[in-house]
Order: sequence, then C-alpha cells, then structure tokens
Amino acid sequence: MYGFEAMTFNIHGGYLEAIVRGHRAGLLTPADYNNLCQCETLDDIKMHLSATEYGPYLQNEPSPLHTTTIVEKCTLKLVDEYKHMLCQATEPLSTFLEYITYGHMIDNVVLIVTGTLHERDVQELLEKCHPLGMFDSIATLAVAQNMRELYRLVLVDTPLAPYFSECITSEDLDDMNIEIMRNTLYKAYLEDFYKFCQKLGGATAEIMSDLLAFEADRRAVNITINSIGTELTRDDRRKLYSNFGLLYPYGHEELAVCEDIDQVRGTMEKYPPYQSIFSKLSYGESQMLDKAFYEEEVKRLCLAFEQQFHYGVFFAYMRLREQEIRNLMWISECVAQNQKSRVHDSVVFIF
Amino acid sequence: MEKFVDNLSPMDLMRSEKMKLVQLIIPVESAHRAVSYLGELGLLQFRDLNAEKSPFQRTFVNQVKRCGEMSRKLRFFKDQIIKAGILSSIHPVVEPDVELEELEIQLAEHEHELIEMNSNSEKLRQTYNELLEFKIVLIKAGSFLVSSDNHTVAEERELSENVHSNHSYDEASSLIEQEMGTADQPGLRFISGIICKSKALRFERMLFRATRGNMLFNQAPAGEEIMDPLSAVKAEKTVFVVFFSGEQARKKILKICEAFGANCYPVPEDFSKQRQITREVSSRLSELEVTLDAGIRHQNKALTSIGYHLTQWMSMVRREKAVYDTLNMLNFDVTKKCLVGEGWCPVFAKAKIQDALQRATVDSNSQVGIIFHVMDAVESPPTYFRTNHFTNAYQEIVDAYGVARYQEANPAVYTVITFPFLFAVMFGDWGHGICLLLGALVLIARESRLSTQACVQTYHV
Repeated sequence: MYGFEAMTFNIHGGYLEAIVRGHRAGLLTPADYNNLCQCETLDDIKMHLSATEYGPYLQNEPSPLHTTTIVEKCTLKLVDEYKHMLCQATEPLSTFLEYITYGHMIDNVVLIVTGTLHERDVQELLEKCHPLGMFDSIATLAVAQNMRELYRLVLVDTPLAPYFSECITSEDLDDMNIEIMRNTLYKAYLEDFYKFCQKLGGATAEIMSDLLAFEADRRAVNITINSIGTELTRDDRRKLYSNFGLLYPYGHEELAVCEDIDQVRGTMEKYPPYQSIFSKLSYGESQMLDKAFYEEEVKRLCLAFEQQFHYGVFFAYMRLREQEIRNLMWISECVAQNQKSRVHDSVVFIF
Repeated sequence: MEKFVDNLSPMDLMRSEKMKLVQLIIPVESAHRAVSYLGELGLLQFRDLNAEKSPFQRTFVNQVKRCGEMSRKLRFFKDQIIKAGILSSIHPVVEPDVELEELEIQLAEHEHELIEMNSNSEKLRQTYNELLEFKIVLIKAGSFLVSSDNHTVAEERELSENVHSNHSYDEASSLIEQEMGTADQPGLRFISGIICKSKALRFERMLFRATRGNMLFNQAPAGEEIMDPLSAVKAEKTVFVVFFSGEQARKKILKICEAFGANCYPVPEDFSKQRQITREVSSRLSELEVTLDAGIRHQNKALTSIGYHLTQWMSMVRREKAVYDTLNMLNFDVTKKCLVGEGWCPVFAKAKIQDALQRATVDSNSQVGIIFHVMDAVESPPTYFRTNHFTNAYQEIVDAYGVARYQEANPAVYTVITFPFLFAVMFGDWGHGICLLLGALVLIARESRLSTQACVQTYHV
C-alpha cells in the first residue's frame, strides 16, 4: 500500500538501501572536482583519487597512466559494488537490479555485431565491452550473420530474448539496420522495465516511472535529431519511440515530422519541463543539448534519494556513478591533452 | 578551569594526563630527523596547519609520491612472492638502515629484473602449456578416432537418420543435399580440441544450434588440472571431438571455438602417425620442462633474496611516508628557512621530547637548535591515558564507544573488573568457561612467539 512501505520494506531491502545510501555519500564532492580540475598531469589525478573512495583500485597502477586505465578501474569499482548488491538481494529487488544492466547488454551486443561487421578481432571487442552488460555466450555473437541467426544462436538464452520479437528481419546486418535494431531493443527494454515498475507499485512505481519517462523522452529527441537528414522514413522513426512518457502520443506525432533542430525545439517548448532545457541553448546549437539533458537527469536522480523505502535509489545510484565516471573520463582527457580550458564544457556536477 | 585542573592530584588511569600546547620551530636541515625521532617517541600529536591546502599543494608532495610509488613496488614484490609460493622467512635479516634514495634505486632495479624474468618465462610457459594440451588431446581423441574409423560409414547413415527425425523435412533434406554437393572430402571430418569443463555444455549447445544438429560431439575429461596457455589459470579441462561435414559447418565451428576460448589441435586419423606425433610432443615437452625449471629456479632465487629484506623495507617506507605526511602538516616559512609546527604533548613527556630534539640537532650537524616552547591554548586538549600492556586492551574497548573528554573520568578503570564479569555472566557455564580459560592460557604462553608474527593486532587481548 502506498504510504505504508515503512512497515515492511526494511525486512528485505533495509540492508541494501543502507549500503546504497552509503555509496551515494561516497560520490565525489565539489571540493574534489575543484581539485581535479586543477591537476596538471594524470599522476596528480591519480594521487587525488587515491584519497577518495577510488583509492584501493588505483593504487597498484604503475606510473605512466592512461586515461583508459583510470576509467577502467573506476568502472571496476562500480561493478564490484553492483555485484555485492546483486548477490545480497532477494526477489523483486534482484530482478530490478538485473533490469538496470540490460541497457548495457544491448550496447555490448551492438558493439560486437558492429565490430564483427568491420572485421575486428573478437577478443579486442570483448575488452571494450561494458563489464556490467556481459553475459556468458557473448563472444559467439561474432558467428551470426543476420538477425535471425543472432537471435537463434545466442540471444534466445539471454534476458534480451523477449525484446527481439519486434525486430527480427531476414536482412543481413549492416550499419543502418544495427542502429535500428539497437533502438528497437532499447524501446522494448524501456517499456518492459516500465511495466515491471508499475507492477511493483508504491513509491517505486511513482519515482521510477518519472525517471523512465524522462529517459524515453530523451531518447525520442535524440533519435529525431540523429535521423534528420538520413534515409530513415517517418514511419520508421515513429516506430522507434516508446509508448510512454510525457511526449506520448501527441509529442511523438509532432517529432516524427520534424526536419531540423528548430522544429524540434518548437515541439519541445510546448512541454514545461523540457522548456527549461531548451531555453539554455541558443538557436541552431545542438552540442550543448547533451550536457543540458545530463544536467536535468542528474537533478532528477538526486531527487530520488529524498524519499525512503523504494527501489529507485538503486537505479539512481548506478546512473549517478556512471555520470561521475563520464566526468572523470572527460577531466582526464582534458588534462592528458592539455586542454584544461575545456574542462567545464562537459562536466556535470552531482551534488 | 585550568587552575582547578592543575591543582588536582595525579590520578593515573582515572583521568587523562595533563596536556600542553607546544610550538616547535625547526630549521630545515634537521626537520626530517627531528620528526622521525619524535615519531619513535610517540608522545606528540601535531596539529594540521595546512588543512585548507589540497594534497598536491603541500610542500613535500613529491616525496610522498615517491613513497607511494615505492610501496606500490613493494606490494608488487609481495604478490610475486606469494604467487611463486615461496614462504617468507620467520626471522628476516636485519641489516642497518638503507638511505631512502638508495632504496628507491634498488627497488627500481629489482622490479625491472622481475618484470623481465616474468616476460621471458611467460612465452616459454605458453608454449609448454600448449604442447601439454596437444599431448592430452592426442591421447584422448585418439581413442575416439580409433572407434570412429571403423564406423564412419555407419555413423553417416546414423547422422542422416537423426537429422530427419529432429527437424522438419524440407529444411533438413535441402541442407543435406547442399552439403553433399559442396563437401571437399566425402564423409565425416572432425575438429579436435580442448575446452574448459565449465563451458563445455554451452559450447555443445551452441555447436548444435549453429550446425542445426548436423554434428556429433564427443568429449572426455582431461583428468588433471591444466594451466590454460593464454590466461595462465589452472582449470579442469575436457577434450572434445566434433564430427561434421561440409565447409560452411567447418568455418562456423572454428569461429565458435575461437569465441569460447577452446584451443583446437589437429589430430591425424592414422593410429601409427598418432603414436609418432605423441612421441615427438613428449620429447619436446621434457626439453621445455628442463628450460622452464631453470628459469623458475633463477626467479625463485631472486624472489627469496628480496623476501629477506621485504618486511624491513616495507616498514621503512611506511615510516618515511608517515614522516613526510607529518612534515606536510607543518608550516613552511620560506624567509627564515624553518618549519613551524604546533602540537599537544603530555606534561611528563616534556623532558623526553626536548632530549629527542637535542639528539636530532646534534645528529644532523645543524648550527641552530630547535626551539620548543609552551603556548596558551584556547581549545580543550586531547585526552591521553597512560596504559600498560594489560589495561591497554580495556582502554581500546572503551575507546570504541567514545573517547573520554579531557580530564573526564575514565570508564576503562571500572571495565577491568566489570567486563570479564559480564562476559562470564553471558556464558554462564563451566564447560565454556574451561574452554575459554584453556584457550587464553595457550595464547598467553605463546605470547612472545605470536607477537613477532605479522598478525599482532588480533592477538593483543
């Protein structure tokens, strides 16, 4: 019953909620970001990070550091925390935690299939995959030549199997089809996740539907902007939009017919929550759109922690940590390439 | 308040020792030595005067980085020693202290040497493991092939029967015709190899799906744990042989083998050739073993010599890092070339501290002495209890709940009696009591021996 979660949540979820809130308190603070932005070399970054929670993961790296090493070790920390939480979780929470990683699985599948298309080595591709989205038979994706084989050989065993019914065609895989496949899979995943959260009910349903709706709308806008000028037809574009969210269904109608960014802006400004995002951009500019969306997402994720006794904190924590790793990657790249003036272009502060 | 406190009679463990705020002005050349002697005394708590500065704005940041780098190298050596399975000696060699810079150079040399040795032996080891796997595949797969040779024709018929019963007619029949047409060699071909036991079931399933069931999979466990050539991890492995027909199927099967990390080795069908190749492989294996053994012995010698000094080096580097961390807390006055520090010390220790500072000045041949004088403090001093070996345990238990404020009554005095009493009340029976008593007597009897081992903390009680 909504409003009475305090009576029963802690029986199964109390320990993990405490753990996740502890992790959340360990995210980098503004003082940390301030110091990191002032670093001159990657060694300084490593030294500063060794005073934070990333210390044990970075302390054994020998001195000439690469940005990829830093990012890899920080991701390793996230993966360790996730695995600890997953093995301690009981039923609805363990399924919920697994849902969080399906997005990464989809990304990994697409990465390997694209890489195989361009004749890359399988082991090299496996190293680039995100560790949260790994599953057992992922390496055999390299054998498949079209989508039906892809499904029949490998994906039927994975949790992604139910998302495939809408996008099986007999065509061979090429770049365009792979992108469409990725977006179709992601759409099915978001809708499934949404339904699952609705079934859980209570505070989880409310908070997660808000977060997932934002995600769906953001993807709709990104799909629209990325497909302007390509050969994707309007109907195809409409099929890639999810069936929920603030923009459903009228916003999608309008977005489907947009032909350039200003039209997109015109459509989005009719919705008050997104008006503030688009008002930050001047006309004709789209590079800052990503950063604006990230900032809005971070704001909403932080708000999820204000309420207790729901599963949204786990989702919010994973996303916030990923954003932090993105920040670290950007800062390390700027420092490594001596372009510290551009550091604040893409760093989103999490407070 | 101060007057009242000063006029109290000394109460030993019941109340904190009287503390004073002192200021030290240390010339630069004797700074390091002074701080390390003070550290050995352990009676002065420095205040961090550079609290607003970030870690890399402090004065001695480079030295701290060097210590960090050295401790990383020492951890690497420790890992290597554990991996090589060498037991560290109980009584390490105690040599006179080495200077930090020399130690740094030595450590760099050792690390370089170890990394070189590791890379050399790795290639050899990889070849050795591959040959070992090849030999096992030859032996086990040989037994499959002996039986299969006689039954090739019968199996072909069996295979086509299987196909007809498992799948729909149209798909299967067209597939068979297609493959018969494009096969380079008539009849069954096979691929043999070795794969981790944990992956074997999935591997088989994947092969089944990829070839639509037109294959025969035989496997036999390898019998012993083998080290995988690429990942250098010991695992239980299974030898497998896949029979199939057609070029398409062969390409798919090879790709799947690569994806699962299964190593394929060609096994000749002829029995006598098998025996010949097995003999060749065995002789090469024994040669490689000799070379590898020599390499391992050399590496173990180097690691043992490092191992003698390892504990001493580790404690040295830790001490140096602590000294530089403390030096970072002091205020560096550039104009007068001295370091200013503030700290708390108990009143009874004043003489000892001054003595240590005096020694530091003399040992570093400094012209200027270290200035040490008492200051007035606004805030309340930290608490310090003088405990001995026995009362230290109770003091730690009480401190875990909260440290008493300055000149507050110390609960630890009472816990010396109440804690064992309540513990006993909880247990409440003879049997447990006797067991605990015997355990405690054993620990006390072995106290001296146990305290020299690495796990000193756990046995403190």
